[in-house]
Amino acid sequence: MSALTVIYALLLYAATFILIAGLVYRINLYARTPAPLKIPTTPAPTSVPGVVLRMLGELVLFTSLFKGNKPTWIFGWLFHFSLLLVLLGHLRYFVEPVWAWVAVAQQLGVYAGSAMLLGLAGLWLRRIVVDRVRYISAPSDHLMLALLASIAATGVVMRTASPTDIVAVKAFVLGLLVFDWHPLPGDGFLVTHLLLVAVLMIVFPFSKLLHAPAVFFSPTRVQVDDPREKRHLASWAADLESPRR
Amino acid sequence: MAAPEFRTPELKPYPEIPVVVEGTMAHSQPYVAPPEHQQPLGYPGELVEDWQRVAIDKMGELVAKYRSLQVFLDACVKCGACSDKCHYFLGTGDPKNMPVARQDLFRKVYRRYYTLSGKYLPWLVGAEDLTKEVLDDWYRYFHQCSECRRCSVYCPYGIDTAEITMAAREIMASIGLGQKYSNEIIAKVYKLGNNLGLPQPALADTLEGLEEDVEEETGVRVRYPLDEAGAEVLLVTPSADFFAEPQVDGLIGYGKVLHQAGISWTLSSHASEAANFGLFVGSYQNMRKVALRIREAALELGVKRIVFGECGHAWRVAYSFLNTLAGPFDFLDSRYPVPQHIVEVTHDLVKRGALTLDSSANDERRVTFHDSCNIARASRMGNIPGGQFVLPREVLSAVCNHVYDMRADTIGEATYCCGGGGGLLTDDLLELRVKGALPRMQALKEVVDRHDVTHLVAICAICKSQFAKVLPYYGFEMDQILSLHQLVGDAVVLGTKQ
Repeated sequence: MSALTVIYALLLYAATFILIAGLVYRINLYARTPAPLKIPTTPAPTSVPGVVLRMLGELVLFTSLFKGNKPTWIFGWLFHFSLLLVLLGHLRYFVEPVWAWVAVAQQLGVYAGSAMLLGLAGLWLRRIVVDRVRYISAPSDHLMLALLASIAATGVVMRTASPTDIVAVKAFVLGLLVFDWHPLPGDGFLVTHLLLVAVLMIVFPFSKLLHAPAVFFSPTRVQVDDPREKRHLASWAADLESPRR
Repeated sequence: MAAPEFRTPELKPYPEIPVVVEGTMAHSQPYVAPPEHQQPLGYPGELVEDWQRVAIDKMGELVAKYRSLQVFLDACVKCGACSDKCHYFLGTGDPKNMPVARQDLFRKVYRRYYTLSGKYLPWLVGAEDLTKEVLDDWYRYFHQCSECRRCSVYCPYGIDTAEITMAAREIMASIGLGQKYSNEIIAKVYKLGNNLGLPQPALADTLEGLEEDVEEETGVRVRYPLDEAGAEVLLVTPSADFFAEPQVDGLIGYGKVLHQAGISWTLSSHASEAANFGLFVGSYQNMRKVALRIREAALELGVKRIVFGECGHAWRVAYSFLNTLAGPFDFLDSRYPVPQHIVEVTHDLVKRGALTLDSSANDERRVTFHDSCNIARASRMGNIPGGQFVLPREVLSAVCNHVYDMRADTIGEATYCCGGGGGLLTDDLLELRVKGALPRMQALKEVVDRHDVTHLVAICAICKSQFAKVLPYYGFEMDQILSLHQLVGDAVVLGTKQ
């Protein structure tokens, strides 16, 4: 067993643990924190199915962003849905035999990876060129784009210019799942790709990437517009009630 | 402090997004509340000695109490979709008036003290200590937000800057750095029942005068009752309606509508104010205390319904929060929503044909309707989402033959704030108010040019006062702003139904 294999196996276990534990902690925090008042941005749905529909629009079509800014919407949507396709394609490393639809997704991998890069490039360009967006950008905002772009670029390179030994990679990944380690090929693009993915997983629960779980708890989007019909008393607000006549 | 000189922005043929110029509004800040306006609200009289620690603790407390804060502080990805949506940014070009930058004034402090990355890598994520300089920036720029929620419409995560502004203002009030205008008014409400500090006898006198005026003009004795136990409806309206122009004409209109509908009603001297500035300073406790007056008045007078007059933020608090803050209202008639908006009442009467309307009475007026931010984006009227846009327009069309909407991206959910909402309707912020009115004035100018519109119609006391003040800066007349119920009142045919 090479040192590289051992280091990467441990790194990926640690990254997975931090990602999951961090997200569980954060999601639990969002769920536990009371929302003392009804503050949906209106017009808002008056029923739960209506809210589900509103959220589907936000998640699938980015409806609010569409209203807000078309370039950001196009590049953002392109990035996120290419990323989704790429992630689904990567399932081929985790299941044996490979499901038919995963095979399709992985066939599209190069195109999806390139589309991801295009989306990221558009977003990055906006961050540099538009004075308003430049003003609000911190170093971490640029680094996050660099991280994602590097992951996508190394992935595309491995699918095109410099193919890696995917049979060995799959054996490595499947081995990780059952704690039966197999050697990781010492391919420079591969180890870079995996290292950056591990970094991404580790920073996820501590960074703005939290927008992914947070949107499900955003009161202005997920609350039902029914305050006249139902009281909406938070636990700490209920404690104020006793002295009232 | 003398009012600083400033130039009114130019109305261009097409709206423009300004270039970022740092610090253009760094001089703008409201007067600080003196101790006598702080203490009745439960806040320290002046800046406490260990203000930094108190503020940081308060921040932690609020973040733990409000899911909105916790989620909004974490979720922002700095995409910039909100960056050109705030009327104060559009009117000033000051980057700290971009919603995301305003939030970041708060977020950078939150990150520094409450997140791992901000504690150990502050330079990376833009985290900063809560220094005196940062506090000064808070005081300036959290008083350049009218809590209008326009930015929240366009945010992919629904981040509402108003929530951040409210939290920041509550933190500042809690360390003794409150805003004079809002806190003085809340203190007045506690003492006398309304924002203007009108005691009961003065109010009774004013209403009697109104009855005489209306009788003189119409020959009909329309009543404007105060503290009449046993009335069916308790009308809660902003105190500006009692004598400010054009608000008072709206009150006259409500009276005529209720008179013609045969609905007995009363005002209350205990709850002689619909406004609830507790919202503006972000204080649940103060908002609740102000709201409870209305419950007390309703119980005391034994009414069956509560109806609110034309006031934007008051309708937000009434529609969205009253049931939560001061409910349950199981002692009222359950056939009606609690509370109702006067526009809902009038709309229902119009639809049922219960009023005789002569819309030609308003033929001299060519009008456009200004959606007030709190009504548009933080409440509803009627049974369907968006009823807050439909009902007032249907009422307006029933009483006036010349109604034209402004550009679609300046009305409805996209409406621009008048520039004076959220506790900023004070002369020490005049420059901000004038510049913040730019997008609305731009849209108004377009319908004036295209359709010869003569009047702007609103259903918010703050909008009305703000427009009366700023219209002249843009070459309009101060009396080009009207109350919706003034037009209704002018069109209602009094007397036996024909």
